[in-house]
Amino acid sequence: MSPENAVAGVTLAAAVVYAVLAGADFGGGIWDLLARGPRREEQRAAVAHAMGPVWEANHVWLIFVIVLLFTAFPPAFAALGVALFVPFHLVLLGIILRGAAFVFRAYSPQGARPLLPGRPRPRWGVVFGAASALTPVLLGMCLGAVSSGGVRVRGGEVWIQGTPPWLTPVALVMGAFALAVCAYLAAVYLANETRGPLRDDFRCRALWAGTATVALSVLALPLLRVEAPHLWRGLLSARALPLLAVGVGAALLSGWALLARRFRLARVATVAQTACLLAGWGIAQFPYLVYPDVTVGSAAGPPGTLRFVLWTLPFGMALLLPSLWLLFRVFKGEHLTREE
Amino acid sequence: MDTLTAARAQMEVSLAFHMVFAALGIGMPLLMVVAEGLWLRTGSEHYRHLARKWGKATALTFAVGAVSGTALSFELGLLWPRFMAFAGGIVGPAFALEGYAFFVEAVFVGLYLYGWDRLAPRAHWWAGIPVALSGMASGVLVVAANAWMQNPVGFRVVDGRPMDVSPFAPFQSPAWLQMSIHSTLSCYVATGFAVAGVYAVGMLRGRRDAYHRSALGIALAVATAAAVLQPLSGDLSARHVARHQPAKLAAAEALFRTRAGAPLLVGGIPDARAETVRWGIEIPRGLSLLVAHRPDAAVMGLDRFAPADRPNVTVAHLAFQVMVGCGFALIGLGGGYWLARRRGQAEGAWLLRALAAGSPLGFLALEAGWIVTEVGRQPWIVQGVMRTRDGVTPVAGVPATFFGFALLYLLLGVALALLLRRLATGAPEPAPLAVPAPHAGGRRVA
Ligand code: HDD
Ligand code: HEM
Ligand code: HEM
Repeated sequence: MSPENAVAGVTLAAAVVYAVLAGADFGGGIWDLLARGPRREEQRAAVAHAMGPVWEANHVWLIFVIVLLFTAFPPAFAALGVALFVPFHLVLLGIILRGAAFVFRAYSPQGARPLLPGRPRPRWGVVFGAASALTPVLLGMCLGAVSSGGVRVRGGEVWIQGTPPWLTPVALVMGAFALAVCAYLAAVYLANETRGPLRDDFRCRALWAGTATVALSVLALPLLRVEAPHLWRGLLSARALPLLAVGVGAALLSGWALLARRFRLARVATVAQTACLLAGWGIAQFPYLVYPDVTVGSAAGPPGTLRFVLWTLPFGMALLLPSLWLLFRVFKGEHLTREE
Repeated sequence: MDTLTAARAQMEVSLAFHMVFAALGIGMPLLMVVAEGLWLRTGSEHYRHLARKWGKATALTFAVGAVSGTALSFELGLLWPRFMAFAGGIVGPAFALEGYAFFVEAVFVGLYLYGWDRLAPRAHWWAGIPVALSGMASGVLVVAANAWMQNPVGFRVVDGRPMDVSPFAPFQSPAWLQMSIHSTLSCYVATGFAVAGVYAVGMLRGRRDAYHRSALGIALAVATAAAVLQPLSGDLSARHVARHQPAKLAAAEALFRTRAGAPLLVGGIPDARAETVRWGIEIPRGLSLLVAHRPDAAVMGLDRFAPADRPNVTVAHLAFQVMVGCGFALIGLGGGYWLARRRGQAEGAWLLRALAAGSPLGFLALEAGWIVTEVGRQPWIVQGVMRTRDGVTPVAGVPATFFGFALLYLLLGVALALLLRRLATGAPEPAPLAVPAPHAGGRRVA
């Protein structure tokens, strides 16, 4: 495999990990915003408890994706910075507000004590919830923009053809899809990490979000066929189809597992579903980074740099994976051992 | 406001904001680890309370540092796409390695901050070590990218594109060593004096307990040691700059005319149009002595550079004076504390007042130093290779995002300052950090 394809694969893999881990953190914020019913404050506490120790580590995967993009594919990064100037700034706004509001709330005097039911909600909570809902929509729209074909690049100059690429129908559906997937991931994880009536709350939310995800997929498919035929063909190609089939199977399995209250199975299946769908999109999009003018080959950076990234990867992972394993074992391990 | 001005302003605001949290992210973990280590050694509870309190402050500032750093990595492409199209593949390796340092840092920050009740005491202390080390490493690695912009090596330009790029280019830049020593030290100086000021205020309000006394001692031990080394490492930097970026040195020293036996200028307001300096004090032959170690050595002045190639003298010179002035003031402050402590007078009201007043000087020096470095490099974004105006985005509308982000950072800064103040004035509290778990229990991992 050529080094640029290998780095593109690593970048896609990092994006998948980001979606599976940080997607649930965004989803947690969505459920914080939508907390309802008598156990409203317990729901919020469960979200804060689940996110607290891990969200910053999860967030680093996004930084890693960005760094890989500008290190290995500098012209593609430059083109996206120009074409997606507005949505990227909005993404940053969302990321900054979400992170800051989460810690501000956790460490402000009210947040440090139990959130008693009936107490007025600290204002940072609203900011946290709203920013958590907004950011994945925008990220999904940016992903859609890359496939929409509206971003044209010639000789280093970028121009936009037609509607702003992040406001095309494909981009809007991708945004909604990202929102639903985040909500689904979070509800499934939270159902895993809670007990009793709280668990029922999150199971119910997971079923709703799962239904929304399926509905959006059904809506998206005909739209892709009309609006992004290259992506449609890519998805049905021999490269991507098996992955998509596994993804659809995993989606059905996760829905069934939720209904049957097999929560651990539901978690595994949901992760598989999200990973397969995003990876399937990436593979269907290949070899384009920004359709139709920027490809993995045409945007590849200096060959020495690409090899540097690949050669340092095993060392970096040797440092990273055991650390992550420790983190999740300390903070998420109890749920595995205490489940009968 | 044109796009270039707005883009520079947005970059400045974002970097100036991030630098504060980056420095705290490098300095605070060291203080925490020292305090917790003292607790493990002595068993005195107040050390543990200190480590917990500092951990809380770190949790707050780390998150803001992480999100503002994320904003910076996007802004490289949003504001400087042409620069990144050119240089992304060259400075990338530094950022790629920094990515791993970020991972390690974020993982162990989570373990440290939320692990007080989950980890055995010694294991918990060990979890702090990688935080301190990887914070330092991420600073050193990002400075490699900046050093390459000051002193670019490891590539050739063919038809406006980089060719024969060495994957180690950012690490081969000869500016890297001096800059990383000087800027790492500055993080300890800035954090240490800032923390010391908080506890000096507490003691002035009458809380003269072991908790406050130890906090002051730990913070000033780290800060004074770093502050004493700072002029030595600054001298290394200055001599490097004299050799490789003479325009920057001339601007920082407001030396308009090339001359042998150049004087060192203390203070003074440069007038770039008249090419003179008002109200400055000249130390004869001082500059020649400092940069060449010979009293009659010639030092290049701004007259050697076309007006379009000169950095802003007023900004560079004033920032340089502020940094050096703060540097010596802080050495005096730290030295004063340790002398008074030897005489058993470390709690005198005037000393505490001076420490409180000197609390922001470290951060002032740090920001000023970056202004010297970055403004002194202008008009180049990559010294001698690419001009800042050739790197800027073609998108209209940067003034709007600049004002938006400036406002956002202002609001966040104020909110954070208020929260930290409430945290600092609260009594030492050993209460658990996290929002209580919805289901009790948990497991100890030793
Ligand atoms: C607490 C902060 C602090 C203090 C007390 C000092 N500095 Fe500094 N200085 C910095 C913080 C800093 C910095 C922000 O960290 C910079 C910016 C780039 C760098 O490498 O460090 C810097 C840059 C910097 C440069 C430019 C380097 C370059 O552009 O490559 C010079 C020549 C000096 N310093 C010299 C000094 C001297 C002679 C000091 C004597 C007291 C001094 N600094 C104190
Ligand atoms: C162009 C300049 C810079 C960029 C693009 C940048 C990027 C970033 C990013 C993406 C993060 C988030 C990582 C995380 O989640 O932990 C971060 C955090 C951090 N950065 Fe920067 N950075 C820049 C300048 C600096 C400088 C100059 C320093 C230090 C000298 C520095 C030191 C740190 C540290 C220590 C953190 C850890 C977070 C914290 O402790 O607050 N960065 N930076
Ligand atoms: C690698 C990508 C970087 C780019 C494209 C970049 C570019 C710029 C530009 C264009 C400015 C505005 C200068 C001016 O207005 O006079 C600036 C300022 C600044 N940069 Fe860099 N820089 C980079 C890396 C860094 C790093 C790694 C650091 C710190 C380690 C840093 C620290 C600063 C600071 C503190 C300022 C503010 C100076 C002021 O207030 O005028 N930069 N940078």
